[in-house]
Amino acid sequence: MNQSTKFALQISQLTKVYEDGFVALKGVDLDVAEGDFFALLGPNGAGKSTTIGIICSLVRKSEGSVTVFGQDIDTDFSAAKQYVGVVPQEFNFNQFEKPIDILINQAGYFGISAKVAAERAEKYLLQLGLWDKAHVPSRTLSGGMKRRLMIARALMHAPKLLVLDEPTAGVDIELRRSMWEFLQEINKQGTTIILTTHYLEEAESLCRNVAIIDHGQIVQNTSIRELISQLNKETFILDTREKLSGCPQIEGYPLKQVDTCTLEVEVEKSQSINELFAALTSQGLHVVSMRNKTNRLEELFFDLVAKNLQEKGNE
Amino acid sequence: MNNRHKWIAFMTIVRREIHRFMRIWPQTLVPPVITIVLYFVIFGRLIGGRIGEMSGLPYIQFVAPGLIMMSVITNSYSNVVSSFYGSKFQRNIEELLVSPTPNWIILLGYVVGGMSRGLGVGALVTILSLYFADFSLHSLPITIGIVLMTSLMFSLAGLINAVFANSFDDISIIPTFVLTPLIYLGGVFYSIELLGEFWGSVSLINPILYMVNAFRYGMVGITDINIAWSFGMVGIFSALLFFVALNLLEKGSRLRS
Repeated sequence: MNQSTKFALQISQLTKVYEDGFVALKGVDLDVAEGDFFALLGPNGAGKSTTIGIICSLVRKSEGSVTVFGQDIDTDFSAAKQYVGVVPQEFNFNQFEKPIDILINQAGYFGISAKVAAERAEKYLLQLGLWDKAHVPSRTLSGGMKRRLMIARALMHAPKLLVLDEPTAGVDIELRRSMWEFLQEINKQGTTIILTTHYLEEAESLCRNVAIIDHGQIVQNTSIRELISQLNKETFILDTREKLSGCPQIEGYPLKQVDTCTLEVEVEKSQSINELFAALTSQGLHVVSMRNKTNRLEELFFDLVAKNLQEKGNE
Repeated sequence: MNNRHKWIAFMTIVRREIHRFMRIWPQTLVPPVITIVLYFVIFGRLIGGRIGEMSGLPYIQFVAPGLIMMSVITNSYSNVVSSFYGSKFQRNIEELLVSPTPNWIILLGYVVGGMSRGLGVGALVTILSLYFADFSLHSLPITIGIVLMTSLMFSLAGLINAVFANSFDDISIIPTFVLTPLIYLGGVFYSIELLGEFWGSVSLINPILYMVNAFRYGMVGITDINIAWSFGMVGIFSALLFFVALNLLEKGSRLRS
């Protein structure tokens, strides 16, 4: 980021020590540029939700500073809160209220008139496929609908920064994809988005930049592209047209037979997949399809977390 | 947030609170009315006739202001304690905590919601009491003034209880073990003249005694307590509870991690 970059979020030396003495954050520094689609990744208990909780003032920080579009959350809390919309991990709306009321009330808490709120509520309920459920008690909504309702609620005051804490947890693939499209559209319109997720392909598909947090510290903060370029090897699954009589042996490519028509192979960054295909063809095997065994980012993520854990052990 | 935004936020909370207790009116409005009607029937009609007069008034006329005040107190308190604790329990209080709504607006919103229910039930009970007793209102300003201040005070107390509550049991402990004894010993059913000097003096530490007597004075013109002193006590208690409640919200006690 160059000097002219405007920041949606700046976190400096953020520390959180809970009352029981648990240190959730240990001096976190993080900058998110305006307009970015940013992923905050980390294993359970790493400090993601604590960080988000502090940004939206549900968690009190112990030390450090947080500014949202230049407004300090301590000294300019009213202005800072106007900029932030948050979609928490757990459902936190009144299950007895109707979606339309939940949205209009949320806008009211931000000082938005009922007329404007009603227009926005209709817009977002339509966009998120919830309009036909607008007047039913929200406890009757499915899990996916509840998640979308929380996204709509977070957008009611037109925040410039949208923070989503695992928004697609427990949502089926089809719905997840439609939520991705919606979020991408929101981001294109200028809203900065920070996303935490366990679905790393979600971060890979949506986000431009990423920070990995582990044990309350940022262990990596870079672009998704840069992060993926750090991968040294990938594991592929190959489906062959012919039935395998045994596992083929090809020098430099450790192959494993998965079943009668499926092979698994590790390919290093310096190697060529074409060479492998040529070698297999020469042995009378034709690859009809190929896919990654695991998500590439996932492999890297586990490497980084394991490395961090090892360093902690050495200390 | 400018003043217009604050007003919108305040009215949103108030509307939501009123909508909440109106939506569940069989739980919030009907039971207190039935309870008070039973008091009127039993203490007013059945037993009252045998008691005769109290402080120079037919017993039903003596007891009616106290019963109305009892419904205002319990409903103001229970509305705020159950609504605020319910919001904590379901975590939808976070909707307010992430918003720029100042804490004093949140506090006032809940309190006015509680007062709306307390005064609403009080009005229903007053209308019903006209069937059992004849009133000629002695002082409208005193009646309205004390009922508003009492409702305010117990709405504030309900919010403080809700902040400290960790379970639904915790929101019934204070009403059962503190509020109900104070109401019953607060001169609703008797004049403290009957208690003798010692217990009469002990009763003076019960704040509900001041509210019931001031309200009774406003309605029927008799009291055991100086009215100015009653207003002063209720005012001091309300101010104290307001600052405690606001301080709890500002600190985020049991609301923010």
